[in-house]
Amino acid sequence: MRVVVDFDRCQSNAVCMGIAPDIFEVRDDGFLYILQENPPESSRSKVDEAVRSCPTQAISVEEG
Amino acid sequence: MVGASLAGARAAEALRREGFDGPITLIGAEPHLPYTRPPLSKQYLEGTWGRDRLELKAPAPGPGTGVDFRLGTRAVGLDVARRRVRVSGPDGAGEVGFDGLVVATGCHPRTFPGAGDLDGVFTLRTVDDCDRLKAALDGGPRVAVIGAGFIGSEVAGTCRKRGLDVTVIEALPVPLAGALGEGMGHVLAGVHRDHGTGLRLGVGVEGFVPGPRAGDRHRVAGVRLADESVVEADVVVVGVGVVPTTGWLDGSGLAVDNGLVCDAACFVRAEGGGPGPGFVVAAGDVARWHNPLFGEDMRVEHWTNAVEQAEAAARNLLRGPGGAEPFAPPTYFWSDQYDVKIQYVGRARPGDRMVLAEGSIDERRFVAVYVRGERVVAALALNRPARIVAWQQRVASRSSWNPDLD
Repeated sequence: MRVVVDFDRCQSNAVCMGIAPDIFEVRDDGFLYILQENPPESSRSKVDEAVRSCPTQAISVEEG
Repeated sequence: MVGASLAGARAAEALRREGFDGPITLIGAEPHLPYTRPPLSKQYLEGTWGRDRLELKAPAPGPGTGVDFRLGTRAVGLDVARRRVRVSGPDGAGEVGFDGLVVATGCHPRTFPGAGDLDGVFTLRTVDDCDRLKAALDGGPRVAVIGAGFIGSEVAGTCRKRGLDVTVIEALPVPLAGALGEGMGHVLAGVHRDHGTGLRLGVGVEGFVPGPRAGDRHRVAGVRLADESVVEADVVVVGVGVVPTTGWLDGSGLAVDNGLVCDAACFVRAEGGGPGPGFVVAAGDVARWHNPLFGEDMRVEHWTNAVEQAEAAARNLLRGPGGAEPFAPPTYFWSDQYDVKIQYVGRARPGDRMVLAEGSIDERRFVAVYVRGERVVAALALNRPARIVAWQQRVASRSSWNPDLD
């Protein structure tokens, strides 16, 4: 799977970072960085939770 | 699900994810499919985000997949013994039967006497409210906002971004004193002032000043304050809080007290506080549940709680009271006002000690924590989004305050 963030929507609320800190990190500059664009399958439930919990619905998952 | 907004939609999704394959009905008073509300006081009102950005991604499955949306349909009563919701909608009055029920009816705005009599007076909860307000703002009006809570403060910020003349009226001495404490309220008052928003603080509202007649109604011309002064305005936004939508539960035998009262697992309680029916849960703004993390009954009117609580309540509904798990989140919310991002985790009370943990108040970039005894019960990050997760973990793990924590 590939984690995709729509940075036009992202407001750096850091909810995703609270759920999956090994994949999402909001840094001191106030921007979100994706630490693993292609996380392992074992991370899927956390990534899905981040997708559902993002207040601006900025995160999506692409397969393949 | 009674309630087809964020909590109702997420509860439906969670039921499917947990393997429930029976029929699901979502009863929604609004005529719209579930959508997200936070942009209504920000980007959507400003005009930078369109209607498509409000759509909830991954909504509850649509017709044909066993999920039936009954939109524009209001719940008007609940018969727990017969497991029936009485509804009133486009097809008239009717009943919807259920085996398990999720109550997610949310809240509706509190208003002011006389607000409904004049044109130009608005509350903001639904996308239809927002479309009406947005159209009124297009005329370049002078705006008065009653109430410097989250909605009022965000609307004021958005109006300034649109270049409008805005005055915020608040009965308390500073904005958001109740939610964030007076110290933080002073900081936020400074933010309003720096962006050219007029503030009338510490003064109550006496009523609306009627203006010229438009058709068979009068337009509003301003707001009269308790000190007899008048804030002139063409548009007035009333943002004085919300009330849980529980009127339809009158006579149901369920406990209602500033929300639908629930146990720690989100199962509703019976009137008098005893155990409820065991097949009715509640989630979102309407639910007042016992959060074991803070040892108190609380009701949270924020986006993230609606998502988390809906998922927890749906899981517990499937497991039943015997196998249910308590819902004990640290709770999180954010608010964007002007160029300021506020993020808050935890639950402070009046009397908690507030300590600057990181950064600088003068630079408006800091984390403040709220301490009760030794324990960190809440943290507020202002323009420090990188730091909120670390503090969320401390609140969730009941950490003690230690000034040497990084």
